[in-house]
Amino acid sequence: MSLLRVENLDVSIHGTPVLKGVSLALEAGEILGVIGESGSGKSMTALAILQLLPEGARAAGRIALSGHDMLALDEAALCGLRGNEVGMVFQEPMTALNPIQTIGAQVAETIRIHEDVSRKEALARAAQALRRCELPQERFPLSRYPHELSGGQRQRVVIAMAIALQPKLLIADEPTTALDVTTQAEILTLLKRLAREDGMGLMLISHDLAVVADMADRIVIMRQGEVVESGACPAIFGQLTHPYSKALLAASDHQPERAGHVFEAPLLQVKNVVRDYALPRAGLFGGARKFRAVKGVSFDIRRGESLGLVGESGCGKSTLTRAVLGLEEVQGGEILLDGAPVFSGKRPNRAVRRKMHVVFQDPYGSFNPRWKVGRLVAEPFHLLDDAPEGRAAAIAEALEKVGLSGEDAEKYIHEFSGGQRQRIAIARALIIKPELIILDEAVSALDVSIRAQILDLLADLGTRFGLTYLFISHDLSVVRNVTDRCLVMQAGEIVEEGATEDVFERPRHDYTKQLIAAVPQLPSK
Amino acid sequence: MSRSLVIGAVLSAVFVLAALVSFVWTPYDVLGLDIPNKLKEPSAAHWLGTDHFGRDIFSMIMVGARTSIAVAIVAVGIGMLLGVPLGLAAAARTGTLLDEVIMRGNDLVFAFPSLLIAIMITAVFGASAVNAIIAIGIFNIPVFARLVRGAALSLWTRDYVLAARVSGKGAARISLEHILPNVTNLLIVQGTIQFSLGILAEAGLSYVGLGAQPPTPSWGRMLAESQTMFSFKPHLAVFPGLAILLTVLGLNLLGDGLRDALDPRLRRAKR
Repeated sequence: MSLLRVENLDVSIHGTPVLKGVSLALEAGEILGVIGESGSGKSMTALAILQLLPEGARAAGRIALSGHDMLALDEAALCGLRGNEVGMVFQEPMTALNPIQTIGAQVAETIRIHEDVSRKEALARAAQALRRCELPQERFPLSRYPHELSGGQRQRVVIAMAIALQPKLLIADEPTTALDVTTQAEILTLLKRLAREDGMGLMLISHDLAVVADMADRIVIMRQGEVVESGACPAIFGQLTHPYSKALLAASDHQPERAGHVFEAPLLQVKNVVRDYALPRAGLFGGARKFRAVKGVSFDIRRGESLGLVGESGCGKSTLTRAVLGLEEVQGGEILLDGAPVFSGKRPNRAVRRKMHVVFQDPYGSFNPRWKVGRLVAEPFHLLDDAPEGRAAAIAEALEKVGLSGEDAEKYIHEFSGGQRQRIAIARALIIKPELIILDEAVSALDVSIRAQILDLLADLGTRFGLTYLFISHDLSVVRNVTDRCLVMQAGEIVEEGATEDVFERPRHDYTKQLIAAVPQLPSK
Repeated sequence: MSRSLVIGAVLSAVFVLAALVSFVWTPYDVLGLDIPNKLKEPSAAHWLGTDHFGRDIFSMIMVGARTSIAVAIVAVGIGMLLGVPLGLAAAARTGTLLDEVIMRGNDLVFAFPSLLIAIMITAVFGASAVNAIIAIGIFNIPVFARLVRGAALSLWTRDYVLAARVSGKGAARISLEHILPNVTNLLIVQGTIQFSLGILAEAGLSYVGLGAQPPTPSWGRMLAESQTMFSFKPHLAVFPGLAILLTVLGLNLLGDGLRDALDPRLRRAKR
């Protein structure tokens, strides 16, 4: 008998169907990968298994979890199962823990809810669960608070909570999406080990084919609430039949065609840049302290080139971006665009700023929700000394360049999807015809198929208008596909620099080797 | 349109209308005495009865609405006009001396019980509606400054503000174009709450005789004057009390409803 069997599951929310005839099965000790883009219903499937569906949802079909008919049980019986027979790990480790409780108390709480044990015994078992998740007591005592831990360590605490009672099924919903690539590799290894040791079924939900391909015994590919393909992994990658699965696989490793000309002359020169942040004083009479986020970084970008900058969170790449954009003054070194400093005296240099713009990561936070698209896109006109003639025509032109229509200028931003918003962000960056565009994790928040479209758009624009790109990302596979050269940044320093192909094929620095080894690989087709 | 918006708008409109109509017409003259008809119960001639001078209570409530609304509007206006720019400036220059000076100044004002200081101001400068307005207005400044600063601080970290900075816009322009429009919801809600608190504060000051001076009718003083006769003529206190209650309730409902209606995202959700 299967540990988990979902048969013909239909779920609708207020009458709108979100899952249509989903069937899947999971054996004990097996890892099932569930893949899909946003809106595919993969998280809804997990919530349906736990019977934690949002208000107004109706489920029909059959969900059998180790013999229990989940759709027939009452809430009290379900509470007995959740946490006990089935554990869950969520995406965001920052919000999954209670910030005012110690990690020991939070793990022990899960145990005490389900079993009548003393506080002391529960804490002892919590310590054991944390140790299994590689948080030994010597270094991470139970008395630690979540804010004292890194993102990866917090995710380990969340996993410890989920496995403390040795559930038969663990559902992990995008458990590593918010983490850096090396941390992601560690967490995935941990999950795999725990599943194998306990003979636990693991349902791993992810948008990332490569993550799942590395881990899963079997995979299920979902789209718009339906299972389009399922089979054993990695064999399935060789015999995908559904056009959507094929497209998804192709998009995951999409390599846009670029044909721009790279000139020898540098467009942007960064020379020995140092950026310090003031820290709070140590006590009332303590001296001023500072944190050096960028430690003497130097590099050039040639005109027409696409340069990648990779590094994990906290390495200083965002700080460097702000310095390049002239938003913050640097404490040492200089940044020249076309030979002119981006920051002169105490003021940013407007003439230089006209030549560059930026596209940010979050398609939702990048726009003032109260402005219409036309006004949003036209904002960089502020950099020009006099208002351009034919403002409306320029807005329409910019929108058309990115594949939208001029009429979209009259709409509000909430009427657009994430991918369309990112196109609008690119239109905003293009409207003053800059030479350098800084892409700060510009495709990281997008689904793979949308990401492929945006990368194609960027490549096409780069070729047509001779743009220079600074491509900042934590996603190494994307950087590999779209850049000519790349820089690897660690702890405020550039540790490796070279032609992208060289860096990925023959990394010299240990850190680069570590990063590349941690990237999940798609099985070769 | 939500139900609370409709109820709130109707209640608020009734009192604003009553105040406006009172400029041109009231059932009876509120300044004329009519001793033979004093302390009459509600009747066809006097809908809400008469007070101890024989004045028509319905007419007095209409004119009292005028006093209350005028005091509250000007007081909230003072608070917003001074508080909002202070809050925006503090948020734009957070962590600097300017931020410290503005916010500690606000703390100073906040540290005093507001009604007490209002009483002190009217005691020093004389009891009048104008002094009541100034006193209530001053205490609205830190309310709006803090509200705006808090909301603006989180808005300053948004990518669209960063995009505006990349487009070369300065702090003042960003505050006006990006921050202010995104705090208007809060200002409307807080404004209506402060408006209702202003009406309460005016009633409180008039009750102790420090607000609008006789013979100008005021809800607070109507309550005060009815105090000794409350046990045998309860309608003297009940009607001005109801007027205060319904106005405050209506304004609060209106604020909530407006917030929902003005948000483009919530508007879409209802379509």
